[in-house]
Amino acid sequence: MNYGVVSQEQLEKIDEILTEKLIKIGVDCVIIIDMAGNIITAKDNGTSKYDVYSFAALAAGNFATVDAMAKLVGEEEFSLLFHKGTDCNIHFSKIDDELLLISMFGKDISLGFLRLNVVETIEQIKKLWARD
Amino acid sequence: MSFINLREKIVQIKIVYYGPGRGGKTTNLEYINRKFNKQIQSEMVSLKTHGDRTLFFDFLPFDMGKIKGYEMKIQLYTVPGQVKYNATRKLVLKGVDGIVFVADAQEQMREKNIRSLNQLYENLKSYKQSIFKIPLVLQYNKVDLRNQGIPILPTSVLEKDMNSKLKVPSFEASALTGYHVPETLKKIISSTVVSIQKKLL
Repeated sequence: MNYGVVSQEQLEKIDEILTEKLIKIGVDCVIIIDMAGNIITAKDNGTSKYDVYSFAALAAGNFATVDAMAKLVGEEEFSLLFHKGTDCNIHFSKIDDELLLISMFGKDISLGFLRLNVVETIEQIKKLWARD
Repeated sequence: MSFINLREKIVQIKIVYYGPGRGGKTTNLEYINRKFNKQIQSEMVSLKTHGDRTLFFDFLPFDMGKIKGYEMKIQLYTVPGQVKYNATRKLVLKGVDGIVFVADAQEQMREKNIRSLNQLYENLKSYKQSIFKIPLVLQYNKVDLRNQGIPILPTSVLEKDMNSKLKVPSFEASALTGYHVPETLKKIISSTVVSIQKKLL
């Protein structure tokens, strides 16, 4: 799989999946990034404005750090991360070795419901890439 | 690796400022942040210790305008220079498109510069990248200290130490005053953009 260039068609399908599975259930903002900190795509609910570029750089660093910690305790990886705040929560999940799905959401969605949807989103995205 | 979004016509390019500790990498970015604030839409992100040393990296996104209809988003990063942080340096180098090596021109730093450059070679190798192929610019920083009587290596010596095999563009600079900081940035951006164009076409 080559992420250097993702086709317009692939991106549109990914955006559709993100909107359908995550934005519609009330997630404020979803970003797919690669481990180098580049943004592959970002979707939001139209009301929240985040500085997604800085966010991507920090998220890639954060995930890399946690990955290194996993190795130190003898784990292959920690494939998901969750940060809890008062009004905003952030959920990170690995799509594959190169890609990361980040969801930012408020108090209205339960973590369990989000996780279920994230798993389905990732499955659908993986299928999309496998097919192409 | 640069990422190209064909739908929104955005190219994201990662440029890393690398070099020995206290060499002026963060100062380079701080100067760019002040000088080009019109082209910078977000805050510079710095992850540093209480003593103002870079702990993880600094990050500065920089809009360069359009080339052939594609919006260029340059992402500037620094690495932590301290010897003990090599694992972190390696993480920041992941997916790098172009490198500015900021050397400290003070006489006493001669060995540290060479050691850091050698480690850059090794770190790039671990990502299957070659220091001889990646766009690279050398910056000999702190030449302004010459006026204060601090022993500074002549540029010819620095060139011989670091650039005799690499043969890449190099600049004397002072990150604090901004001398040759924009020139360094322009050079690395143009080399990187050319190299990405070559890869794609």
